[in-house]
Amino acid sequence: MAERGAGSSGLPPGYLRAAGSSFVDFLGQEAAHLLPARGLPAGSGAGLAPHATTIVAASFPGGVVMGGDRRATMGNLIASRDIDKVFAADEYSVVGIAGTAGIAGELVRLFQVELEHYEKIEGTTLSLDGKANRLAAMIRGNLGAAMQGLAVVPLFAGVDVRPDHDPVTDEDSVQTPAESLPGRIFGYDVTGGLYEERGYHAVGSGSLFAKGSLKKIWNQRMGQDEVVHAVVEALYDAADEDSATGGPDMVRGLMPSIFVVTGAGTERMDDEAVTTVASRVITQRQEGSRS
Amino acid sequence: MTQMPYYASAEQVMRDRSEYARKGISRGRSVAVLTYAEGILFIAENPSTTLHKIGEIYDRIGFAAVGRYSEYETLRQAGVRLADVRGYSYNRRDVTGRVLANAYAQTLGAIFTEQMKPYEVEVCVAELGEQPRRDELYRLTFDGSVVDEPDFVVMGAQAEAVSTAMRSGFQARLPLREALALASSALASGAAPTNGKAAGSGTTEPLPPQKLEVAVLDRNRTKRTFRRISGAALRELLGADDAPPVQPDEPATPSDAGEASNGSPA
Repeated sequence: MAERGAGSSGLPPGYLRAAGSSFVDFLGQEAAHLLPARGLPAGSGAGLAPHATTIVAASFPGGVVMGGDRRATMGNLIASRDIDKVFAADEYSVVGIAGTAGIAGELVRLFQVELEHYEKIEGTTLSLDGKANRLAAMIRGNLGAAMQGLAVVPLFAGVDVRPDHDPVTDEDSVQTPAESLPGRIFGYDVTGGLYEERGYHAVGSGSLFAKGSLKKIWNQRMGQDEVVHAVVEALYDAADEDSATGGPDMVRGLMPSIFVVTGAGTERMDDEAVTTVASRVITQRQEGSRS
Repeated sequence: MTQMPYYASAEQVMRDRSEYARKGISRGRSVAVLTYAEGILFIAENPSTTLHKIGEIYDRIGFAAVGRYSEYETLRQAGVRLADVRGYSYNRRDVTGRVLANAYAQTLGAIFTEQMKPYEVEVCVAELGEQPRRDELYRLTFDGSVVDEPDFVVMGAQAEAVSTAMRSGFQARLPLREALALASSALASGAAPTNGKAAGSGTTEPLPPQKLEVAVLDRNRTKRTFRRISGAALRELLGADDAPPVQPDEPATPSDAGEASNGSPA
């Protein structure tokens, strides 16, 4: 039964020598070709690939809600009706990305591995500000591509669990009551500029309308369900005014993707629950327009 | 091969290295890895709460080691890097325990033959299967040998005594509570001073929860299945709740910390 391991080679020397706990830095040293959008040929890439649009986030006293529509466009055409642009970054944070869909998807995947990698190497989670800064550095790394028309702009949100909380430890040892964690939202620009937002924020082509909508309906006393309603309504308003943002698709049953982050973790709302909220928004609009 | 000041036969060199590595490993405390009904259980006698002997590698892959801390920590981190790079460039499902065990075997084998000092470590790579019969346990030794074990792996100082105790009580698909009781009493039988009594006689004092490091790969969880069990949950599982409560967040004793920073086997 015992034998010398054969077949694939052993761990490359760089894997044993490497120091530091960043996966992105490690890839840069050992396998730079895997990083998204490096070494692009000259010229503009604008209009080559599908474009993902509106992402909205709003906080409530026990956490934060993030939602995104499901449409991707190429010029005047709809490239996809059911793309997902909001993702769980880890157990206590979510990230949504607007911009060139291909690069956005890769960056999210890389960011997810980055957070998990840090956790496994260090045995503890990054602080929420630490996570937001890592994402800023990754967006800054994409600046070259952004200047060639392949920009991506993320929206990041989550709750800050206490720094010494170990997510892989059994739940029983968590002492912080879930309700006491406030949700926080971070916005970015294409150069990697990082700005913490108060209350709510939106990115993407329909963000202007979504933010206008939230400005009127959101307030800081709202509970989780009310904030979910407000986010769906803001996405509805964005879809109403911006052709690149898709509204709730009742015919195909395609709903916006809505994530809720609390001290208990990150959860994607199931389509049924979102459909209920979206139907209520539509009914209210119908009643409003029939005088 | 580096320049030797005088001639020594290859056989002699290898024997000396093996003996050196075995000595280093036999000073450490034992670690056990065993399958149970809902997953794979890792248990180590480890008074430190921060210098782990057990770690998460990937969604369904765990790691346990004995020997010199700095050396197995290097291997663990390299394993995390290998798993994350593979998972990122292919798919999460394409990261397997077999690949990792092979990489470790190659690396340990190369270090054993090419370097003056072999690694004083013994490593277990465990992969959780979709069904219990697909669970995989690989045990790797300092010279790069790899063995595929069906039920459990015991490594460290008193591996013989602990193995004997484990074998006498082991059954496939034990519930977690019973698997933990079996493994902790087996470890205790190895840890006890040999005062004439036969090892593994089962009459030894159980190890207190604060001296144990426990983790599982849990089949009931999705995606990342690795979970540490500590504090109140561990006391409850061990049925040691009637014992006087220990302070949470008790820092490692200075002697532990000193020992580890010197890089001596823990």
